[in-house]
Amino acid sequence: METIRLTIDGQEVEARRGVTVLEAAQAAGIYIPTLCSDPDLEPYGACRLCIVEIEGMRGLPPACTTPAADGMVVHTETPAVNKVRHTTVELLIADHPSDCLTCPKNQQCDLQKVAAYLGVTQQRFRKTTRLLPIDTSNPFFDRDLNYCILCGKCVRICDEVLGVGAITLAFRGYASKVATFDDGLLLDSNCVSCGECVAHCPVGALAVKDAKPPTREVATTCPYCGVGCGIYLGIRHEQVIGVRGNREGVNKGSLCVKGRFGIAEFIHHPERLTTPLIRRNGELTEASWDEALDLVASKLAKYSPDEVAVVSSAKCTNEENYVIQKLARVVLGTNNVDHCARLCHASTVAGLGQSFGAGAMTNSINEIGDAGCILAIGTNTTSAHPVIGLQVVKAVRNGAKLIVANPRQIDLVRLADLWLSHKPGTDVALLMGMMRVIVDEGLLDSAFIEARCENYDAFKESLKSFDLDTVEGITGVAKDRIAEAARIYATNKPSSILYAMGITQHSHGTDNVIATANLAMLTGNIGQPSTGVNPLRGQNNVQGACDLGALPNVYPGYQAVAIPAIREKFEAAWGCSLNPSPGLTLTEIFEAACQRQIKAIYLVGENPVLSEPCAHHMEELKEMDFFVVQDIFLSETAQLADVVLPAASFAEKDGTFTNTERRVQRVRKAIEPVGDSKPDWWITCQIARRMGSQGFDFEHPSQIMGEITSLTPSYGGISYSRLDNGGLQWPCPTEEHPGTPILHTRLFTRGKGRFVPLGYKPSMELPDSEYPLILTTGRSLFHWHTGTITRRVKGLNILRGEELVEINPEDASTLGVADGEMVRVISRRGEVVAKARVTEVSPVGVVFMTFHFAESPTNIITNPALDPVAKIPEYKVCAVRIERNGSSARS
Amino acid sequence: MTFDEIRSRAISEWEALEHSDKPRIYIGTATCGRASGALTVLEAIKSELAKHSIEAIIIQVGCIGLCYAEPLVDIAKPNRPRISYSNVTPEIVPQLIEDYIVNDNPRPDLALGTIGDGSVDGIPKLFELPMLKPQVRIVLRNCGLIDPRNINHYIARGGYSGLVRALGMRPEEVIEEIKKSGLRGRGGAGFPTGQKWEFCRKSPGKVKYLICNADEGDPGAFMNRSLLEGDPHAVLEGMLIGAYAIGATEGYIYIRAEYPLAIERLKLALHQVEDYGLLGDNILGSNFSFGITIKQGAGAFVCGEETALMASIEGKRGMPRPRPPFPAQSGLWGKPTNINNVGTWGHVSAILQRGADWYAGYGSEKSKGTKVFALAGKVNRTGLIEVPMGISLQEIIYEVGGGIPDGKQFKAVQTGGPSGGFLPASLLNLPVDYEELTGAGSIMGSGGMIVMDEDNCMVETAKFFLSFTQAESCGKCVPCRLGTKQMLDILEDITKGEGKPEDIDLLEDLAKDVVAGSLCALGGTAPNPVLTAVRYFRDEYEEHIINKRCRALACLPLVSYYIDPDKCEGCLICARNCPEEAIAGGKRMVHVIDQSKCTKCGTCLDVCPARFGAVIKVSGEEFPVPNEPIPVKKARKE
Repeated sequence: METIRLTIDGQEVEARRGVTVLEAAQAAGIYIPTLCSDPDLEPYGACRLCIVEIEGMRGLPPACTTPAADGMVVHTETPAVNKVRHTTVELLIADHPSDCLTCPKNQQCDLQKVAAYLGVTQQRFRKTTRLLPIDTSNPFFDRDLNYCILCGKCVRICDEVLGVGAITLAFRGYASKVATFDDGLLLDSNCVSCGECVAHCPVGALAVKDAKPPTREVATTCPYCGVGCGIYLGIRHEQVIGVRGNREGVNKGSLCVKGRFGIAEFIHHPERLTTPLIRRNGELTEASWDEALDLVASKLAKYSPDEVAVVSSAKCTNEENYVIQKLARVVLGTNNVDHCARLCHASTVAGLGQSFGAGAMTNSINEIGDAGCILAIGTNTTSAHPVIGLQVVKAVRNGAKLIVANPRQIDLVRLADLWLSHKPGTDVALLMGMMRVIVDEGLLDSAFIEARCENYDAFKESLKSFDLDTVEGITGVAKDRIAEAARIYATNKPSSILYAMGITQHSHGTDNVIATANLAMLTGNIGQPSTGVNPLRGQNNVQGACDLGALPNVYPGYQAVAIPAIREKFEAAWGCSLNPSPGLTLTEIFEAACQRQIKAIYLVGENPVLSEPCAHHMEELKEMDFFVVQDIFLSETAQLADVVLPAASFAEKDGTFTNTERRVQRVRKAIEPVGDSKPDWWITCQIARRMGSQGFDFEHPSQIMGEITSLTPSYGGISYSRLDNGGLQWPCPTEEHPGTPILHTRLFTRGKGRFVPLGYKPSMELPDSEYPLILTTGRSLFHWHTGTITRRVKGLNILRGEELVEINPEDASTLGVADGEMVRVISRRGEVVAKARVTEVSPVGVVFMTFHFAESPTNIITNPALDPVAKIPEYKVCAVRIERNGSSARS
Repeated sequence: MTFDEIRSRAISEWEALEHSDKPRIYIGTATCGRASGALTVLEAIKSELAKHSIEAIIIQVGCIGLCYAEPLVDIAKPNRPRISYSNVTPEIVPQLIEDYIVNDNPRPDLALGTIGDGSVDGIPKLFELPMLKPQVRIVLRNCGLIDPRNINHYIARGGYSGLVRALGMRPEEVIEEIKKSGLRGRGGAGFPTGQKWEFCRKSPGKVKYLICNADEGDPGAFMNRSLLEGDPHAVLEGMLIGAYAIGATEGYIYIRAEYPLAIERLKLALHQVEDYGLLGDNILGSNFSFGITIKQGAGAFVCGEETALMASIEGKRGMPRPRPPFPAQSGLWGKPTNINNVGTWGHVSAILQRGADWYAGYGSEKSKGTKVFALAGKVNRTGLIEVPMGISLQEIIYEVGGGIPDGKQFKAVQTGGPSGGFLPASLLNLPVDYEELTGAGSIMGSGGMIVMDEDNCMVETAKFFLSFTQAESCGKCVPCRLGTKQMLDILEDITKGEGKPEDIDLLEDLAKDVVAGSLCALGGTAPNPVLTAVRYFRDEYEEHIINKRCRALACLPLVSYYIDPDKCEGCLICARNCPEEAIAGGKRMVHVIDQSKCTKCGTCLDVCPARFGAVIKVSGEEFPVPNEPIPVKKARKE
């Protein structure tokens, strides 16, 4: 990093070459007024307030766009500068409403600050007004352009950072204004409602509806997806009233619509469970904690280890997952403990485990933006991991090549250099085809393969059956596009693979995962910054729930139950003997429950009634001997329970979440638990204690973390005091260890990276004449999983209030289905009714649905076929037919 | 084909034409000619020729610049000079064909002048006429003389020999040649062209772009359009030379979509140069490759600004960005880019064809060569003119332009388009070059020149031009978007008689801040009309504010119409025609205008019979009239 020296207002200033004069001044603590510059955005130079005089340069260059140069002499406050600044602010004030005291941005307004700084106290100019209508269409924020100073921050954020471009500057001259396409309402535009524009608006033009400033803020971690954005909860009168992004977090201050606007409302929702419920005479009725806990303890004590199962929660903290699995193993004597990772990334854990030895994201979120090439396969990143989506946008802006492999024309396709629209379920063929090209054209990294990997020859042999003609036939992607993808990926290092459930949720999900690992190893794209194989985990703490042993075959830290030495270590630590047989997976637990083999389940924070494939058999949970559900709302699953235990939300407890990049981050208690709800860790420990177990007398989650670190090598160096300075990425074995942003740098976790030969396996249920369409499922940006929390946020339901069956216009035309019409989607397992959305986003022959809406429970029709290794269901491919609702049977 | 073969073929074709035994008829069918009816004249010529069974060669040429004389038709009979006829109508065509072509009467009464060797009795030489004599035609060397759709015409007259010469030099030598010529950017800012090329050449990077700025947006300016329609190859040759010198491999012509004919001619010209191997890969075997893409602009004035233009090519909203970095460092798609105006490229081809020394022989010390202006406004001979730098405004307006029509007084001339300043009569001797114009508060600009007379109010006119630049401001920077709006509001008040004494100083002060604070040259020059108006015509502003008087009688709120009781004959015509029924009076009664009803439409003045001339228009004064209609006789007695 080259350092330059310049003089600003007589002060010698050091700066990094490449910074602007404004940045150099700010770094030196010299204030220069500005309204349009923003560290998140490219220099713009519009407001003309940061103008300065620079010796040897003509005129008044803006500090925000002028590169600082060695030996430059800058004057920031000359009479010429101040005169123009003063006039400029006067012009803005003349064109701005003067009702500051009642403006939502009062005292947070940059125009106020600048006017005060410049001492603008008189008004020489004629008042001008625009009288534009206020756009209140967005459920979360209002847009009043009469207050707009056209700094362009909203437009630039939406374009440069989000890559959405919902708004632009339109018209010219005094009529210039920020507008959506066709100058309509925000709600009718492609706005994603993330509120980044609102957060960056320096004046009252964009303001959160009914916003009030908080009296205090608490730094914590967002409870939605696996990105793990840092947030501040704004608190006022012990109510969470707002959320803002933490610039120190992985999100650098950015948030998505759910994180920014979808939290406060669910925390204080009137339907929050505030007291335990016990089913009496078929009805769930209120009960005291003692009644409920004693009932649970006494009931659970009655079952043998093989008759009982525990479902943990990827929404709960690490500490809670730890005590939940400990309860299963120590108190109930069973390894029948699992959680929803089974449904999302079990194949990642299995596949990457085989290839690399660690089933987690190899690299870090903030490296993605510096990649030379991104292969985004089976991930609708901007919808499911919006803030990681921003990294993809950043990479593309930086010149990275983006390959999107997705049957659907997802939003990222707009930014992509190449879009491979392969048939659902043909990922192995597609990736093997690419690897065949890489090998045939000599684009592989032989040195890396030689030094770091094993079993290459066997793998290479397996490529033989993937000539491009065959691959084109299987995938439906033209040969030259596959070859081009291979070349782009292999020749634009560092190349990073991002994937999500489009890869994992298949009956051959583990093979899919292995294929991505093979591709990365083949080109040496692993162990270096901005490379790697990066599974994007779904739930806020699904990584942590896996890490902490909420899995049937491993204790915390992926230490195998089946290995006697490990079992002995835990027996010693926990002071009991442990069950040596690995337990049932989540899918197997529910199957066993339906067959009455499992008689009792203690289920925490899960909603299998909507999330399990072929979900109607979940109704049978009601018939179970004893069913306990612990949740913050009375979910569709909780409604079937014998006992419902009201849990505290993330805002009401301390703990840690581990995000998708293996970063352990703090969750901090911001308010007291709502009603009589209790933190999950407390409830679980109470059950254990009431069953007479030792080792559950924790008074605070930090004590649980203490026990975790002593037993989990990869978490060994983590403590709450260290986490106060930011998160730590495991492996972090000792207190001195800085954490590990990149895995497999010198050695793979398993030693050598293992090439695994692969063959193509079709999905278990392919379309036929009776069920001619493929149904693939996924997520909407505006909702979260089974909707237990997001369906309770009004604004999110305005943005997306019902299931939409996305169907290609060609298929719609064949079926006579019109956009917006209700249709029946029918599979061999059942049918659901939902509204059709006719769109080219879905390719011909493929329909798409989410699983957020209890009114249209999509998982009734999905296929419960399992991956043989990972036991993950095939959510991404099943055969369906569509009928117009009301039309009789088949025509 | 080698270039020599191409050239000798072209020369043969041209000479065969010149020495044809058939009569040749040249007709100017550029946009300006078409607007004056050239295409109907062309049809008339064709049918008249058919009627007489005359075999003649018809050549459609570009604009020679004599707008006031359009449509122009030239007839050249074998071994006779070409005779130019002005203001030709379809009605005149049969006379010309019959009298001159059939009967050999050249009709000196209809002729404007002769072109070429030889003379015709009673017809002057065209280029000896006062409007053409002071002109030096370098850029416009072929306009109006050749068929712009025929590349051989261009080549026969020396075209592409400049490119051939350049390819025989090292790129650095070409840049040196341009530097030596003293050529400065004809887009208006006047940056030395050679130096600009050198910056771009020296910028590191494999990919470099070259742009021809044809986004001619000044109202009343048509220099670029005329050149592209009349001689597109002169521009393409310049671009090729520039690309070779700079090391650019891809070029763009950014042209407004409102110039369909120019675009059509450019497209054709591009096909032709490609066919001749003068564009594309390995041009004339030199290893130099270059391609050109036409990008049509959507008509935003600001897209003439180079950074806005590049944003527009990139598909973004056309908005300027601050410099540095300059386009030579980071321009189109972030690559080193050189951008020059259509006119500049036209000069470049001439300089390489005829040499830097020849070129530098024209012009003033710091401004070499010639400049094309679109001369318009209150001047007898409007048109497209090319004059040597350093010529005085006086010569342009009074000799080339033929002075002010209707014996009116010259008041001001605006150079440089809507952002140019108003220069008063006292500056008529000002030599036209970059420094002199800037020093006087105006700009060279791309070449608009608008003459104003005593009927132009310097408040109203400043407001008119500012309303254009304000409406065309991209809205990005505050001083331009809001400063010009504020200035416009102040001017609006002044023209309505609602100005305050302190407004003039406020206007001037604000204008200076807009100049100093704006991001690009649009805002940086938009206040020029106001600043020069206040500088040279302050008394008119004071009159508007203090005396509520507009001496040009242009600001309607300050104007009143009265009926002179001494002249009114009570004929009723004005009263009947008044749309507001604001005039009271009966037969033989002196009519009286109700000032509260009058909307100052001027109908009464227009309809009052000239022999009476009773309606008068005044400003800032009251005219004594009776309160109500009185008999004409009585008025006379009093």
